[in-house]
Amino acid sequence: MMPSSPIQPAPVSEPADDIVLSARDVAKSFGSVQALKTVNFDVYRGQVTTLFGENGAGKSTLMKILSGVMQPTSGEILLEGEPVRFSSTTDAQRLGISIIHQELSLAPNLSVRDNIFMGREIKGAMGIDYAEEARQTRALMEELDEPIDPLTPVEDLRLGQQQIVEIARALSVNSRILIMDEPTSALSATEVEVLFRVIRDLKSRGVSIVYISHHLEEALLITEHAVVLRDGVMTAYARRADIDLEWIVRNMVGENFDLGSPPTGHALGEIALSLDDVSIADTAVPDRSVVDHLSLDVRAGEIVCIYGLMGAGRTELLECVAGRVPLSGGRVVLEGEDVSHLSIAERIAKGLVLVPEDRQRDGLVQTMSVGENLSLASIKAFTRWLLTSGNRERGVVDESIANVHIKTDGPSAEIGSLSGGNQQKVVIGKMLATHPRVVVLDEPSRGIDIGAKAEVFKLLAEGAAKKGLAVVFSTSEVGECLSIAHRIVVMSRGRIAAEFGADASKEQIMAASGEAVVA
Amino acid sequence: MSKHSQAAERQRGGFDLGRLLLEGRAFFALIAIIIIFSSLSPVYFSTSNFLTMSSHVAIFGLLSIGMLLVILTGGIDLSVGSTLGLCGVVAGFLMQGVSFDMFGVTLYPPVWVVVILTCAVGAFIGAINGVLIAYFKVPAFVATLGLLYVARGVALLMTDGLTYNNLGGSAELGNTGFDWLGFNRLFGVPVGVLILAVVAIVALLALSRTPFGRWVYSTGGNARAAELSGVPVKRVQVSVYVLSGICAAIAGLVLSSQLTSAGPTAGTTYELTAIAGVVIGGAALTGGRGNVRGTLLGAFVIGFLSDGLVIIGVSSYWQTVFTGAVIVLAVLLNSIQYSGRKKRVDKVSEPGSPNPGAPANPSSPSSNADAARVTSEAESTAGKPATQH
Repeated sequence: MMPSSPIQPAPVSEPADDIVLSARDVAKSFGSVQALKTVNFDVYRGQVTTLFGENGAGKSTLMKILSGVMQPTSGEILLEGEPVRFSSTTDAQRLGISIIHQELSLAPNLSVRDNIFMGREIKGAMGIDYAEEARQTRALMEELDEPIDPLTPVEDLRLGQQQIVEIARALSVNSRILIMDEPTSALSATEVEVLFRVIRDLKSRGVSIVYISHHLEEALLITEHAVVLRDGVMTAYARRADIDLEWIVRNMVGENFDLGSPPTGHALGEIALSLDDVSIADTAVPDRSVVDHLSLDVRAGEIVCIYGLMGAGRTELLECVAGRVPLSGGRVVLEGEDVSHLSIAERIAKGLVLVPEDRQRDGLVQTMSVGENLSLASIKAFTRWLLTSGNRERGVVDESIANVHIKTDGPSAEIGSLSGGNQQKVVIGKMLATHPRVVVLDEPSRGIDIGAKAEVFKLLAEGAAKKGLAVVFSTSEVGECLSIAHRIVVMSRGRIAAEFGADASKEQIMAASGEAVVA
Repeated sequence: MSKHSQAAERQRGGFDLGRLLLEGRAFFALIAIIIIFSSLSPVYFSTSNFLTMSSHVAIFGLLSIGMLLVILTGGIDLSVGSTLGLCGVVAGFLMQGVSFDMFGVTLYPPVWVVVILTCAVGAFIGAINGVLIAYFKVPAFVATLGLLYVARGVALLMTDGLTYNNLGGSAELGNTGFDWLGFNRLFGVPVGVLILAVVAIVALLALSRTPFGRWVYSTGGNARAAELSGVPVKRVQVSVYVLSGICAAIAGLVLSSQLTSAGPTAGTTYELTAIAGVVIGGAALTGGRGNVRGTLLGAFVIGFLSDGLVIIGVSSYWQTVFTGAVIVLAVLLNSIQYSGRKKRVDKVSEPGSPNPGAPANPSSPSSNADAARVTSEAESTAGKPATQH
């Protein structure tokens, strides 16, 4: 599959390449899933080291280990050559390591000032010295070219501004190592420029930066070192000067596990699902649409993959199709019938089902058994008069377990006892038990291992080929686009940016999503 | 290794005394209470005393069953005590005859009409609760606290603070029979206890054998997932509050029949006893876990304990202390049971699978919330003392 011995970082040759923090043979596993496999990673003093990798490559895990959020299963971390152990983020912060998380970790009800000094309040003679805190906040915000009043509640700020506050907080602790996990995903172009100016400024002060971004070109502008992770293994290291975008994409994507191919040999049927000029309003920002006049037709027996970066509007689109998110314009048409105003339950009854993205939050009822979860969406199928029939339910459940190949001790096993992949199969099996015509899946491969992924895709391909199911699935891993999908739709900023057949290349897809423009 | 094999053994249903005691704690507590009080007082262990105590339990039992439905969906209903009081007063009012000055007539509804109207009042109060909570997103605690005051206030207004003592009706008017709602006995068993038994059986069937029951459990277990599976979550929420209101109304009827009077302050703080019954019965206040059998046992534990304390002559102040201690103990055992369950799951899943919720690719952007949650979960479990034994 891939070289088992990770490529070692280039030996230190120049005095400028002074290593301040390094991870040695760090591994991390969650249960049986190995997120990181003996990774070696160096951070250079006063320079930017960028970590590249697809989703699930282990980038965030590695950063969480370096910043004390998680502890490695094995291996050690060296700070200035000395082994250190962080039992918490506070530990790491004390040693000068801060992290700006990908998801915001601000308290929305508190002001900018209170957020920046949360947990490190400046104490004066009369309790907290608010004036001093406000003064420092104002100075920080000015440095970041974002003159927000320190007393503004964070919830009143735009997402981009909140991100700036997050950055300001990390700056305020005078870190010598600053980890930025996707800091630009919510920023506008001008805000990114400001951030880059701040990064250059920090470098000149000797602060070392670890940078993660899906916007590869952007990252190449700022970085000095590039490290590529794939499937928990460090696959490549190079200095910025020696590489180009193509090198990164090649190393990121690598060869792929066979996730199947589009099923053939069956004729596509009528249009099963039709999205007609669909718009969805952004709940956070008025007058903005997360999905913007999007139209898409899917035929019976067809598999369509929706690819896009975070924030492209995939999840909103799919939740809207299922009926959780209201439309602000357009129609959702199921087999010729407008279902735009039907409830989730009514859409399920008509044969339109959603397998949600986050199975813990939206897919499973953790207090119920495997069997009860599997039968939850099709209770009516085993209800006679008022009462449910235990035998009939058993039939429904056993059939589902067999159909989607769930490995379990039995229907009465607790849902939490299953592996991630099997839990995902329960969510899929639950929706398939309603005998749908159209299945919409939001990132069905998220958080499950490669074998389970292949099985899930095989299941969907069979459904399309044998039952004439119309399948729409979204993914943020480009490799998965080129598996079972007949058609690949790339979404960017709420619109369809491009459409490809099954013969598209990874580079084409990534370019269309705005992730990377390969010349 | 040994821990793991223990877990595996438990999976196979191997004998484990600690576990048995923990799971059947409400039952064992009830047995212990009966044994202790029987040894302290010769009066306690007799059929007549059990029947008397059971008729007290009937009130709490009815309230607890309604409360169980609400708690299973992850809500809480603080208004049941006041609803009980108001419904008793409404029944008393109807028994006095409703006069229409305009027509110069006074109507004396028969008892079955009184029962239906009273239950309708309870259902109405529940409906207000449910609509506020499900559709207007008012937190259950606040909405039902508001109704607690409103219902009590209305009861006091209706009676001017006085009590209806004449609930007997008269044969000429055709409205006798109110004493059959709780005061009388059928085959030697107080009618109130029989009513409790009927309500309990209906609730048991509804929860275990109907789609509605499944909806209640799934709404409490994970409302978002339930909704995406086609469960009418909002309707379920309204329904459980309506049913809780009806249970409170029935309890109000039984209580006024038992007391042969209906006062506006009846049922004050009963909502707390009802919650205690549900919790002692092993239900989780976070929703999704609990059953009718446990709740009934919980109601009996509280009832038999407080009556026992009365019988052996413990001061009512001490009764309060004991009851409180039992409730805290029950909640403590609940959290031990549920955290124990989580740990066991982790261990069982160890060899072939990641622990529940652990993302296999924790660095994908969208799985970070998940990863964070797992971390905090792990931290919180780690923070607790070893609770398995």
